[in-house]
Amino acid sequence: MNEGLKDHIKLLLKSDTRLDGRKALEYRKPVKVEYGFTKTAEGSALVTIGKTIVSCGVKVEVGKPYPDRLDEGTIMVGAELLPLSNPDFESGPPRIEAIELARIVDRAIRESKAIDFKKLCIKEGEKVWVLIIDVCPLNDDGNLKDAASLAALAALKDFKFPKYDEKTETISFKEKTTKKLDLGNKDPLDVTVVKIGDSFIVDPDYEEEKVIEARLTVGSTKDGKLCALQKGGDYPLTEEDISKMVEIGIEKAKELRGAL
Amino acid sequence: MTYNKRDDGRKFDDMRKIEAKVGVIDRADGSAMFKFGNTWAYAAVYGPRNLFPRFLQDPQKGILRCNYNMMPFSSSSERVRPGGSRRSKEISMVTEKALLPVLNLDEYPNSVVDVFIELPQTEAGSRTAGINAAAMALADAGLIMKDMVSSVSVGKVDDKLVVDLDYAEEAWPEGDVADTPVAIMANSGKVTLLQMDGIISKDELKELVKLAKKACQKIYEIQKKALKDKYKVEKNE
Repeated sequence: MNEGLKDHIKLLLKSDTRLDGRKALEYRKPVKVEYGFTKTAEGSALVTIGKTIVSCGVKVEVGKPYPDRLDEGTIMVGAELLPLSNPDFESGPPRIEAIELARIVDRAIRESKAIDFKKLCIKEGEKVWVLIIDVCPLNDDGNLKDAASLAALAALKDFKFPKYDEKTETISFKEKTTKKLDLGNKDPLDVTVVKIGDSFIVDPDYEEEKVIEARLTVGSTKDGKLCALQKGGDYPLTEEDISKMVEIGIEKAKELRGAL
Repeated sequence: MTYNKRDDGRKFDDMRKIEAKVGVIDRADGSAMFKFGNTWAYAAVYGPRNLFPRFLQDPQKGILRCNYNMMPFSSSSERVRPGGSRRSKEISMVTEKALLPVLNLDEYPNSVVDVFIELPQTEAGSRTAGINAAAMALADAGLIMKDMVSSVSVGKVDDKLVVDLDYAEEAWPEGDVADTPVAIMANSGKVTLLQMDGIISKDELKELVKLAKKACQKIYEIQKKALKDKYKVEKNE
């Protein structure tokens, strides 16, 4: 860890300022969502937060249901930390950072129950829709987690089912129907709150990410309920820290929903 | 039925709509985007930078490493499984060979220049779009280059010689199709990528390379413009 940088960031935060002039609880600008950026996916979105750009596409398959959930379809989230997006990323199988990112995105959507998995059932016990949500950053300038969560939700909103022929058991990917996913009114989003020294910040850029002491990714729904949490970083958190961070997370998610 | 008219109304030597932009990935040393119609490639260059593990290093000169990858959602049929296929490994290799002749890496011993090509959306011609984006990204990274590389796919659909085949043409069901991706050094006119699958005559090949050269000149102009546009100063009036 770069101690000089960390001291400098801590000192600035005492007067509620950051390296790029933002306040502690301020997102970078712009926060932008572009729906349907790639035509080959059944749903897609490109999210920009400051200089961070994350793409997300949803593809669909027809698969067998899990033996304990015979009338439910499912989702799968994949994240690839493309070496194109950050000089520190390397080619190869997903490392733990990519796996954690995918699982954080997955959990907020899954546990919020925004998607009714029963509605993804085609034929009980035999055939169900499987939505595969893939997150690919194009430029990693920090805070991939929040950007990925926003991109995944937006891509699901953009999703349209392709035509499925039950007799031949084939999906005609070229023929999208008008049928969308019923996502209810939950809009689950992740906000990562970061602790550096005694201060809390949101939306760390990649310089700030180098000096993170502890972080809490707070997944919340539109009605202010929590749907997923993930603590990270090497330092512990107190009970007070947690309640403050959760409050910030829920508040900031409201702000992020404005970009949808 | 003979092939008389292209589905999208193009002339046989017309390319799909091209878009090009330089400097699209902020964290990269050089980057670019290139589109042939619905085929869309991003390229980012990192380096010259240290190369590890060390046994890969060449003490005489730097090496070029290219990686071509289709994003999981980039195919209009099933999801592309991440992790690279035999196809993507081969394309990475021929891309490397297509770009290497214009670079001078003698000044960067023990180093590597990494080129990452990512495709968010594909519909035929993805390796050529990738090469075009990569060549621009290398120039954007400020590397010494002897020439520019421009690339297009030419071929034969039924009895017609065509430029920049789209997906419908590659998969034309009613007759023979030959697909020939070509990359050309714009100023010297030398060929740095040549692949072909299908059946054509020797004379047709000569004709195809000529068509590719003509098309690559147009691409070269677009690449040059995109590179200059990055440094264009907006006039405030």
